[in-house]
Amino acid sequence: MAHNTEHKLEIFRGIVKFKSNVQKIWGVLIFLSIVTAIEVALGIVKPEILMNYFLSMKLINWIFVILTLVKAYYITWDFMHMRDEKFGLQVSVVITLIFLIAYAAFIFLVEGNYIYDIMYEGFVSWNF
Amino acid sequence: MSSTVSSADIQPELTTEPRPLNASYGKLMMWFFIVSDALTFTGFLISYGFARFKHIDSWPIADEVFTHFPGLHGVDAPMYYVALMTFILIFSSVTMVLAVDAGHNNQKDRVVFYMFLTIIGGAVFVGSQAWEWKNFIKGEYGALETKGGMIIQFVDASSNKRVSIDEFAVYKPEYREQHKSNNGLWFRSEPALDQYSVEEVTEGFMADPSILVRVEKVDDKGHKIILNREESIEKVMQAVYVVQGANLIRNEYGNRLFADFFFFITGFHGFHVFSGVIINIIIFINVLLGTYERRGHYEMVEKVGLYWHFVDLVWVFVFTFFYLV
Repeated sequence: MAHNTEHKLEIFRGIVKFKSNVQKIWGVLIFLSIVTAIEVALGIVKPEILMNYFLSMKLINWIFVILTLVKAYYITWDFMHMRDEKFGLQVSVVITLIFLIAYAAFIFLVEGNYIYDIMYEGFVSWNF
Repeated sequence: MSSTVSSADIQPELTTEPRPLNASYGKLMMWFFIVSDALTFTGFLISYGFARFKHIDSWPIADEVFTHFPGLHGVDAPMYYVALMTFILIFSSVTMVLAVDAGHNNQKDRVVFYMFLTIIGGAVFVGSQAWEWKNFIKGEYGALETKGGMIIQFVDASSNKRVSIDEFAVYKPEYREQHKSNNGLWFRSEPALDQYSVEEVTEGFMADPSILVRVEKVDDKGHKIILNREESIEKVMQAVYVVQGANLIRNEYGNRLFADFFFFITGFHGFHVFSGVIINIIIFINVLLGTYERRGHYEMVEKVGLYWHFVDLVWVFVFTFFYLV
């Protein structure tokens, strides 16, 4: 079977357009490496200004989570060729995962926070 | 009659006909598997988040635990090796994409070359993870566990740097031997005795006034609280175990669940990488044999590539939530 769809060669919403598929792959690798290097550098240095809280999570952690989602987007979209798949397949995989993961993460973290408060304020001391 | 179905009507070649959503049966199935496996890992990571939020003020700090680098013995290299492992896995993902791309252009030699690099990258990752496990299990500084189940670690008073219990524990000759089946009851035995007993560590601690105890609790700045000498002595008197390294019951880094989740999540992920390497080897051999040349398309390489990228994706999330956050 011939590969009957052309690879889309633009990323960053068309700001960067590559000349060939191979070039696009190396380009995405360089981008992912830069993002990983930033994350690791921040994790090692831990600058004081990023230790402030925003919506009960440290800024530095917000940066990590957002950068991880960015990396996940590029790995899925370009390495797994999701960019070239039909819209229906993209949506059925991504929307399902995003909804279920977001919901489950929300309820588990709220629950964990609640248990922490109970242990902190209540009469249960060191629950092992 | 039109109601009967003959074998000529049944379509063969499920893999070469474009199907709904323009993807073949095999590719759709691989995506479905990926969705379900992603949700499995979600379950693990979310329960890790729950445990961590429950103990948010006393969880071990990852930078202090994962400080080893191969070849650099005694050097404090926080997170460097894990970052290298991440890069190796992402790089192996890239070589996999290049193999898939070469497959689309029916260039067998390039497919072979890139798949070979992918397999090597995956094998290096699994080996690295095993090395991290070894260091984690072996432990570095050692700790004591109190009667209440708390882990107390030791620091030097002036520099606040960690002190290993090897450095200050005294030697007390003991009449206790490991009970093996050839030196006691033949039908009973016990695991090897600890390297140090609680008395040896406690006496060493009392003899050296420059050592202080560091507890699990974290202060507002995110540093572990160091007690003064009196409080330290009080805590050490409550010690019941010497903890060195880590197993599924207790670990020297802090909360028991920390080691449990480390082994479970990285173990599950490592198992997926390992199975991915095995599957890649099988497909690699098939490419070498020319199976896909004869078939006319390299879609199997693409499907296996999807699995490999999924493994990389999970690692990106595990790396963030376990090591960075």
